[in-house]
Amino acid sequence: MGKISENLNYPKISVVVKNMKSIAIIGSGIAGIEAASRLSKFGHKVYLIEKNSEIGGYVAQWDRLFPSQTEAKTVLNDLIKKLNNRAEVLTNVTVQHCEKKDRQFELVLTDNKHLVVDAILVTTGFDIFRAERKEEYGYGIYENVITSSDLEKMFAENNVVCKNGESPKRLAFVHCVGSRDEKVGNRHCSKVCCATAVKQACEIKELYPSCEVFNLYMDLRMFDRHFEDMYHEAQSKYHVNFIRGRLSEAGENKEHQVIIKTEDTLAGKPLKLTVDLLVLMTGMEPCYLQKTINSKLGLRSDTDGFLSTKNSFTENNLSNADGIFVAGTCTGPKTIPETLADSRAAAGLLNSYLMS
Amino acid sequence: MKKEGKEQIWKDYQKEIPDNDFFYVRSCIRQNLFPASEVIFLKILREELGRNVFETPHHTTCGGIGYHSDIVPMETMMTIIARQFSLMTEAGFENYACSCITSFGLYSEVLETWHHFPKVLEKVRKDLKEATGREFKLPKTLSHASDVIYKVRHEIAEKAKYKLINKHTGKPLKVVEHIGCHYSKMFPNKGVGGAEYPYVLTGMVEAWGGEIIDYPERRHCCGFGFRQYLVQANRGYSLANTHKKFESMEPFEPDMIITNCPGCPFFLDRWQYVIAETEGKTYGGKNQGIPVFTYEEVAGMVLGYDPWDLGLQVHQIAVEPLLDKVGIPYNSETKYLGLDGKNLGKPELPKNICSC
Repeated sequence: MGKISENLNYPKISVVVKNMKSIAIIGSGIAGIEAASRLSKFGHKVYLIEKNSEIGGYVAQWDRLFPSQTEAKTVLNDLIKKLNNRAEVLTNVTVQHCEKKDRQFELVLTDNKHLVVDAILVTTGFDIFRAERKEEYGYGIYENVITSSDLEKMFAENNVVCKNGESPKRLAFVHCVGSRDEKVGNRHCSKVCCATAVKQACEIKELYPSCEVFNLYMDLRMFDRHFEDMYHEAQSKYHVNFIRGRLSEAGENKEHQVIIKTEDTLAGKPLKLTVDLLVLMTGMEPCYLQKTINSKLGLRSDTDGFLSTKNSFTENNLSNADGIFVAGTCTGPKTIPETLADSRAAAGLLNSYLMS
Repeated sequence: MKKEGKEQIWKDYQKEIPDNDFFYVRSCIRQNLFPASEVIFLKILREELGRNVFETPHHTTCGGIGYHSDIVPMETMMTIIARQFSLMTEAGFENYACSCITSFGLYSEVLETWHHFPKVLEKVRKDLKEATGREFKLPKTLSHASDVIYKVRHEIAEKAKYKLINKHTGKPLKVVEHIGCHYSKMFPNKGVGGAEYPYVLTGMVEAWGGEIIDYPERRHCCGFGFRQYLVQANRGYSLANTHKKFESMEPFEPDMIITNCPGCPFFLDRWQYVIAETEGKTYGGKNQGIPVFTYEEVAGMVLGYDPWDLGLQVHQIAVEPLLDKVGIPYNSETKYLGLDGKNLGKPELPKNICSC
């Protein structure tokens, strides 16, 4: 898959306006881009700090989005278009040092660039759970065990095949890999995996109508608008099999098919399935840099590792530190619409703070 | 199967195995089932490799079979183990090494319990003192005897007269490794390589020239399962478990099986005979079974010990085809002679499978 932002010519040069306030946004996923767009429209100088070489976060690596099957590229392009070159994008850097002086923050980046800003917005996002940690599922060991991210890349490249190049005749999705799992230290639900699994199951059936598809789930959390419609369609139109049961282990036979053991907890029976491809729905974890960033900025994380907010009901864009705001999935798993709404709310709040 | 994925996991599960000065305790049942294995362990370590291994006739059962059969309560078992540790303390050793996997699991469980519940440890100390007048220190290290052989596997390889290579084809022997449930399934970090892809036997086989087979039911129980076998009415479950494993490994055409546990080689060996005699099914080709060995026997074989000194004649499945494959000489005339030269008598041979 090509890099989504390679032709977008996002800005490297700042536009200086007299008496403008300045904000550093740490993390340039969709939350960072949307906030940058809003804040720059308010007339503020925005620095968008990104640890990678490209902006767009995980959405830039995704093919299509649930429940409408909209191309991720379209959504990201819209956001970048709205940004309209009004922020200074600093890629391949992170925050090395931060010091508060009166109401301002002096930041030193890893390229030794110094920034003096009036406020900080943290939009560091999440990391995808490393499926290798669920050793019993065999990711990285059995060649036909892949993750939902891998499958998304296959969709983007129009090349959904087993390792031997053949199309899968039987495929299973395992929900909640690295989510709601105390064994790996993640008690939280990642919110997006159920809907993603149903979306991907439908896409597989679109691609290979004769392929048998199984979704092995704990609960199906179809909580948002049109999610239930998608789930209904998966059963009525695509005949996807939904089995309530968690995987106990995966192995590989001589033909490199994956043998999985699970339990159909509704039927009360153990189940052994042979599939050509096993897709692990990997969940969200706090960004691996979050602890480092917390130590530089004086922020706190909650028991789940995601950032704490001042008040989870009424002040969920405020961090524990004055002048530092938070938005997006760094404060917990969110869907894309939720992330964008959270980001807009943070931008509005931040603008009020700067104007006060 | 991607080996690099397993190698990454193996790196995560390494344990401290001492190089010398072991307090060694034997298994309750191995001396009856595979009588030479523990003798060979001592011979290899003491005579071949010059290690100091101490054993005492005063040690007893650890209580494991009774404990896992719900006959011996945990408090009793802990006090038995405390007495074993007192023997180690009195002998001036601190590296505890046990022959039995179930003992190893029990020792791990007890040490972990005492670590988390120090008051339980204090009670056990008091009970042991009152009952026997003995005191004890906790071992500095706990090793299963296979950990020790794993530690010295390359030294054994240097002294080896034979390799686990088919002399007719020049290819490595295809080896099934069976780790035993109580080795690392309860405490993955106590075993070399963890629970899902244990490395302790794999490391030996690789060092001695063989190649490991990964088959779908690799993790499955050998068939012992304690109450599956100890309760006579349940023995069908025991046989069914073993049958499931052999059906799963059959397509990979293994040359041999290496085992870690007192019970596993017995069940994997004996039930092949039962399956052959009841169903007419054999897994090593026409009328041939798959020979099953303990790791000490395999070490002795590559070191060139007389197969009958290793006790291979008391196996159920004939070992001669495997000895022929490797090129290990044996004298059929002396097969059933005891150490004192007296004839032990020949067993009645089954109809459907080539037996010892």
